[in-house]
Amino acid sequence: MKTVKINQPVIPVGPLHPLQEEMECFRLTVDGETVTDIDMRISYNHRGIEGISQSLQFDQVPLLVSRICGICSASHPLAYVQAVEEIADVKLPDRARYVRTIVAELERIHSHVLWLGLAGHFIGYDTVFMWAWKYREPVLDMLEAITGNRNNYGNLLIGGCREDISDDLIPKMLTDLDEIEKKMDMLIKAVTDDPVIHARLKGVGVLTKEDAVRFAVTGPTARGSGVDIDVRHDDAYAAYDELDWSVCAVPEGDVFAKAVVRLLEVLEAIKIIRQAVKKLPKGPVKTNVKDIPPGEGTGRAEAPRGETFHYVRSDGGNRPVRHKARAPSYVNVPSFKASCIGQKLADVTITLAAVDPCYSCTERLAVVDKRTDEVLYDYNMLLKLSREKTEEIRRHA
Amino acid sequence: MSEVVQNLFWILVFPGFLFTVGLGLLASWIVRKVSALVQHRVGPPMLQPVYDVIKLLGKETLIPEAGQRATFMFSPLIGFSAVLLLSTMLWRISFVPASPFVGDIIVAIYLMVIPSLALILGSSASASPQASMGTAREMKLVVAYELPLVLAFLVVIIKTAGAVGDGRQLSLAAIAEHAPVLSISGMIAFLSALLCVQAKLGFVPFDIAEAETELASGVLIEYSGALLAMWTLMQGVMLVALPLFLVVAFLGGFGSGAWGILAGAGKYVLVLVLIILIKNTNPRVRIDQAMRFFWFWCGTAAVVAVALAILGNLFSIGWL
Repeated sequence: MKTVKINQPVIPVGPLHPLQEEMECFRLTVDGETVTDIDMRISYNHRGIEGISQSLQFDQVPLLVSRICGICSASHPLAYVQAVEEIADVKLPDRARYVRTIVAELERIHSHVLWLGLAGHFIGYDTVFMWAWKYREPVLDMLEAITGNRNNYGNLLIGGCREDISDDLIPKMLTDLDEIEKKMDMLIKAVTDDPVIHARLKGVGVLTKEDAVRFAVTGPTARGSGVDIDVRHDDAYAAYDELDWSVCAVPEGDVFAKAVVRLLEVLEAIKIIRQAVKKLPKGPVKTNVKDIPPGEGTGRAEAPRGETFHYVRSDGGNRPVRHKARAPSYVNVPSFKASCIGQKLADVTITLAAVDPCYSCTERLAVVDKRTDEVLYDYNMLLKLSREKTEEIRRHA
Repeated sequence: MSEVVQNLFWILVFPGFLFTVGLGLLASWIVRKVSALVQHRVGPPMLQPVYDVIKLLGKETLIPEAGQRATFMFSPLIGFSAVLLLSTMLWRISFVPASPFVGDIIVAIYLMVIPSLALILGSSASASPQASMGTAREMKLVVAYELPLVLAFLVVIIKTAGAVGDGRQLSLAAIAEHAPVLSISGMIAFLSALLCVQAKLGFVPFDIAEAETELASGVLIEYSGALLAMWTLMQGVMLVALPLFLVVAFLGGFGSGAWGILAGAGKYVLVLVLIILIKNTNPRVRIDQAMRFFWFWCGTAAVVAVALAILGNLFSIGWL
């Protein structure tokens, strides 16, 4: 954290600001309209998910981690169950892998369309906002038909899925997909052909490929800068390696490129779902996992915002002794240092929104003594404390 | 005595204060409702703008400690009275063209600037970084759109001079009798003026000074309670006065009799709907883009329109 000089005007975007629905604070040092420095502050809403997780049983944790983020509520549990399945060496039924893929891709569509709407709102184009969210509804309905919930699906279990896709649903899903694809085509054309949108988004907030690599950004933020990383392709999970699809990467690195990547991914996701629904194997959707042996496992999933990473350690008991979650926004947010400085204020706000940041899943804690400005608990200190606690638990085990 | 009473009635009830404020609230409802329909939403009930103002009047009015108290409190009043005066003038011209009060177009153009200046005054008195950013943007915007706007009205004056001869071309009553929009130069000038009015109203794509998602309503950020209600009313009345001014200047104003009033109302609604459609089919532009747009594109178009209008007068070609 850096102290901003008092004599320079600072425009605060946050902690509560119409730009974002969550609490975050970007202190933009400005010279006229030009932003000369940015100070990022997150963690206004620390929820202690990892701590709570370590007090829950293995099979309760997916429901908890699906609440890390309301929009990535399939990706976080997916990464978690993959980590636990790695520990227990579970052989997944084929049908479960396909159902997971379908739910994850439906989530990607609804998240990207949600972003498109919000991006429209951020540049003052409320018609795009409302239209995008209207056309997102059928996707949420499909998710509800499959899992019972529009969001926070709670569909993932260690060893499979809670809800199966019934055979009656499949023809309706295919016709609905056609309908969704038509509307998405219309929306994508309307957005990518609008000259005023071009004027507002092209060449704005450029994150070069070098910077993208330097800040280790993930997801559409990286792919919009020409870094074609995608966990679904690089470390295939669920059924992605059995389906025909491609990684969408665009080299420009500006906000428009990030938008294009997301819109292409929506079409790609529709393609994936259609194939998965058609190839859906017969059989059970879950296996019974009895015990989680001692050991550690990692799980990765490509959330709509980028790579979600979960680490789980088991001591053979019924709860994780250590559970670590890393959300994609945690690595995407610092890249503002490279993409925002030197931009106009009006461009910075849309650049801030262009990584599709999600703060509640990114919260970290630091304790500072207000009188002396001394950092009492920083990240490393907390890590040390957490490791000490792990050691202690090991000793007791 | 009865004349004084009648004038007071004109100013305070019809078509002055009460009527115009009521119409302004109705117009802001139309803006919200049509926007909602464009966006596949239901939209607010008809009385929502009234509820909003009443609710704001009941809220606490906070005044920033570091701000200039008097300037902060009086600027909404200045803006509101200016725009009210403008609309009363325009109503008078429309309903009683032969009345002894002959406002001219230059007074109207001056009155049109005052709301923006009041906004600049009020927000710069509020000592907030967002407001100062908004103030800077509003100033640039005023500087940008005033030039094409005045040029567009110059076209109206030239066309009127061509029709009625020198001497009366500045009188609003004479201007209201003609519709320059039926000529090429008038059409170009009307479109430029329409875009300038869009910026004056602070609507997308030119809501740069308020820019909710950047500056959290910028110029208005420190206003609350009754003072914010005053700004809201001012914006409502501007929704009446500015399109009405366009109707009077470019579209031939209100005719005589019931049909004239109906036709005038129709023209007003047409201009309002055009403004709403522009509002809903564009993103907000950056301030430098807005300045380039107004100076380069609108400015050039308006200069061309002025040249065409002069040529039209010289060679007596009505459609030019």
